Amino acid sequence: MTLGKTLWTVILIKIIVLLGVLKLFFFPDLLKTRFDNDSDRGAFVLRHLMESQPPARSQP
Amino acid sequence: MEAFDPAAVGWARAQFALTAMYHWMFVPLTLGLSCLLAFFETFYFRTGNPEWKRITRFWMRLFAVNFAIGIATGLILEFQFGTNWSHYSWMVGDIFGAPLAIEVLFAFFLEATFFAVMFFGWERVSPRFHLFSTWMVAIGSSLSALWILVANAWMQHPVGMTFNPDLARFEMQDIGALITSPAAVTHFLHATSSSFVLSALFVLSVCSWYLLKGRHPRLAVRSILVASVFGLLSSLLVILSGDQAAYDAARFQPMKLAAMEGLYQGEQPAGLVVFGLLNPDKQPGDDRPTFRHPLHLPFLLSLLANHRLDSFVPGIDDLLYGNPEQGIEGVAEKMARGREALAFLSRYRQARQHGDAEAAALNLEAFRQIEDRLGFAYLNHPEEAVPHVPTLFYGFHVMVALGFLFPLIFLLYLALAYRGRLSRHRWLLRFGLLLVPLGFAASQLGWVVTEMGRQPWAIQNILPVHVAQSSLAATTVQSTFFIFLALLTLLFIAELRIMLNQIRIGPEEEKR
Repeated sequence: MTLGKTLWTVILIKIIVLLGVLKLFFFPDLLKTRFDNDSDRGAFVLRHLMESQPPARSQP
Repeated sequence: MEAFDPAAVGWARAQFALTAMYHWMFVPLTLGLSCLLAFFETFYFRTGNPEWKRITRFWMRLFAVNFAIGIATGLILEFQFGTNWSHYSWMVGDIFGAPLAIEVLFAFFLEATFFAVMFFGWERVSPRFHLFSTWMVAIGSSLSALWILVANAWMQHPVGMTFNPDLARFEMQDIGALITSPAAVTHFLHATSSSFVLSALFVLSVCSWYLLKGRHPRLAVRSILVASVFGLLSSLLVILSGDQAAYDAARFQPMKLAAMEGLYQGEQPAGLVVFGLLNPDKQPGDDRPTFRHPLHLPFLLSLLANHRLDSFVPGIDDLLYGNPEQGIEGVAEKMARGREALAFLSRYRQARQHGDAEAAALNLEAFRQIEDRLGFAYLNHPEEAVPHVPTLFYGFHVMVALGFLFPLIFLLYLALAYRGRLSRHRWLLRFGLLLVPLGFAASQLGWVVTEMGRQPWAIQNILPVHVAQSSLAATTVQSTFFIFLALLTLLFIAELRIMLNQIRIGPEEEKR
């Protein structure tokens, strides 16, 4: 096989594995799949920011 | 409190490090070899000597192997943003969106389009346009790197944005501030120049093998002459930009600099540790000695950090516990301020929900006064603000030692090749075979120091990594880690085999 054909084969296999298998089955965009709009996504992340603080805290 | 799984954070970090380090095996060669191709072809264009065309075509084949195997490995990092780091991804989407979109639309297409002309167009376009295409590939590669490095520099030194408390997003206010930030400029210069050095070392290594085997001596010597000059000039830029990087770290990430130097108690003036073995029992705040058998160069750390011989350089303990004499606030105080910021944010949110505009405005104003301390709210102990000192200290010192060794090697190769005596020094040619792994070690260690030194932060002082991560089970991240490990190992073996095969075949004309 010539160098060009070998490289095209590697590129095609890689793209298929990355986009057709890994992205599709293992790497969903969590916030996009869980929420319909940016407002809900923002509210979720904001809630996460509020609730992630350590327990022993002093309030101002 | 939302529970986070430390194991999941660890696996997500390991996965990102694995894929980023793998991606960075291809990027530096693309950046540097594309410039070397442009130099080789310029010599051909100016002299008309077919030997330069043969040299250009040979290195172009190796460049193509690297480009083809490396292409799209950066996509894996983007997958992880959406899954493993969805909170972070949401928060920085507006900042990262612009540089990454410009990178894809402008730089990548510029690079890829002219790559096709460069690789397939030798007999189809004029020599002048072919040379233009080769230069465009080199410029496009560096422009691609620029936008990625701007995004990364923002994580080290966040500027030009404001936090939107309704959407929990950082919104871009000034893209100019992002691009011209000292961290971005230094980051770009250091990463690209070190990539040029690595590519020059790659050329020296391959040519050393040819000279040891007595093959293609003219190609080898001419390639070495060009690569040595390129490597030497790039090494000087690495040293200058490295000096600037230390100066930036002193201003924006002093804890990183203190850990890189293993400096626990601040000094005035501060000496640089050239060599030393870290005491494994040393902890912040204790009186144990930091080093065994240290070798200090007086004044140099002050010079490096502040560009002044007699200046004070804070140590880990100063930054951790505060130093009122030097006006340094301790981490415990910053944690208290961070929790205040979080409480104001919470009250702002409640006021908005209840339609109380006045209370919302008051709490938002109070939040804005101390929002730069927000990230410290998420630390449980001040000591969590200290990165892993041994990794930083040894990583930094090995990188610097190699960074000063490489220009000497380029000088030696240049002098011997210029005088036509290189083939007589077989010890140097044998040592030359090690230059590729040494170059990659220095390059990867640079990133290890940059990224590990930012810990515990995903965004310096604003967002720790455990808050940036999605709420995922460790087993989920663990399984994809091993999938990537298998896939990337396979790709790495494929590249090594194809690359070594092409080197063994040699330049086109001589294989007949």
